[in-house]
Amino acid sequence: METLQLFLDNFADWDSLVRIWPLLWQGLQLTALLAVVTLPIAVAVGLLIAVLYSFHHKPLNVALLIWIDLFRSFPVLVLLILIFYGLPFLGLKLPSFAACVLALTLNNSGYYGEIFRAGIESIPPGQREAARALGLHPLQVIFLVLLPQAIARVLAPLASNSLELVKTTSIAALVALPELLRSARVAQEQTYNPTPLTAAAIIFFVLLWPFARWVAKLERDMIMRQK
Amino acid sequence: MTPLLDNFFNTTILAQYWPSILGGFWLTVEVALLTIAVGVVAGLALAIVRAMHWRPADIAITVFVDIFRTLPQLVVIVFLYFGLPYAGIQLSPFAATVLALGAVLAAFATEIFWAAIQAVPQGQWDAARSLGLGFLRILFLVILPQAVRIAIPLLTNRAIAITKGTALGTAVALPELLGRAQSAMAIAANPSPLTLAAALYLLFFVPLVVASRWLEGLGPRRH
Repeated sequence: METLQLFLDNFADWDSLVRIWPLLWQGLQLTALLAVVTLPIAVAVGLLIAVLYSFHHKPLNVALLIWIDLFRSFPVLVLLILIFYGLPFLGLKLPSFAACVLALTLNNSGYYGEIFRAGIESIPPGQREAARALGLHPLQVIFLVLLPQAIARVLAPLASNSLELVKTTSIAALVALPELLRSARVAQEQTYNPTPLTAAAIIFFVLLWPFARWVAKLERDMIMRQK
Repeated sequence: MTPLLDNFFNTTILAQYWPSILGGFWLTVEVALLTIAVGVVAGLALAIVRAMHWRPADIAITVFVDIFRTLPQLVVIVFLYFGLPYAGIQLSPFAATVLALGAVLAAFATEIFWAAIQAVPQGQWDAARSLGLGFLRILFLVILPQAVRIAIPLLTNRAIAITKGTALGTAVALPELLGRAQSAMAIAANPSPLTLAAALYLLFFVPLVVASRWLEGLGPRRH
């Protein structure tokens, strides 16, 4: 009983939580803002890469594949550190929020680019030929015929990557942006117990869990279809 | 051009910090390999336990999987390193990073292996049982060899993605590649060590990413 009480006092201390809640709430808002700003930009850039690829212009496609694999290979934190601490030496000092948006966008443009690209390439060529024969503009072919089918096929990786993007916003804590994780660490220095960390972990879990379950189901269905 | 060279490709500084950064690189490789070993072995083991359909284990595994596939990797690392000491458990930065990343990979690997085991047609179980094989023999000799083949493309992608999280070890002062480069940059007041670290990361991960693209092409066709 005593150990349990000690454990609760440390990891789930109500008084500490009430005291540091405003800090956590502020952090949560910043995490949400970062996700809401970055997600659409990263999806748009990824889509642009895939659409450019679908024109099958050889030198351009080589360049696009290099872009995709380069940014898929770079750990996103390394990219962020390079942008935030490296670029100022070239006279370009980005605020931490902008640096995070840029790093997450570059990194995810590779992931989304590959997902959309693979989706479009998986559509049988007859679809494109038929649409062209009906007199549709090449852009209409892509956006009205190929993309809707492609997105349905790659929904699982698309959803999975979006979840990863939202989770990855927590690396902003390492360039002193006071998002949820960073706020919890700061709060921990005031409470001298890990309650703020527990609270932040629970907030992340409660908000992301339904989405994680949905992604897990999509991925399971995808594997089952390979029967 | 000169400011760019002086700042990002300064050979004097690179020569000075090369040994330290190379040491960091090997630590990164070590953490990456250990993470994959821990994650894949634990994931396979948990998936096998699930295949036995024992209810209490099913619930415990589901809770484990859901927690570690939902929480951001950095949150898990920070919690293990800065939270657990209050419960009397002080992990080294190395142990905290490997355990956190290993647990996250194990959660994803469990899901993937378990889905792959279920994707093997029921007829395979029935046929093996009618040949007189016991549960474990069916699982290890008939089902798993097929399931692993289904799991490999997804698992490779996941393993690479999570292995890139080794750089998050800097948050708990693990002296891996990024951490060494950052402290060298701070001391030298020059970001060349960071360029070197970036190049080494690419050296390590580009072959993996290219290999996984190739592996996906080999996988079962989906249309």
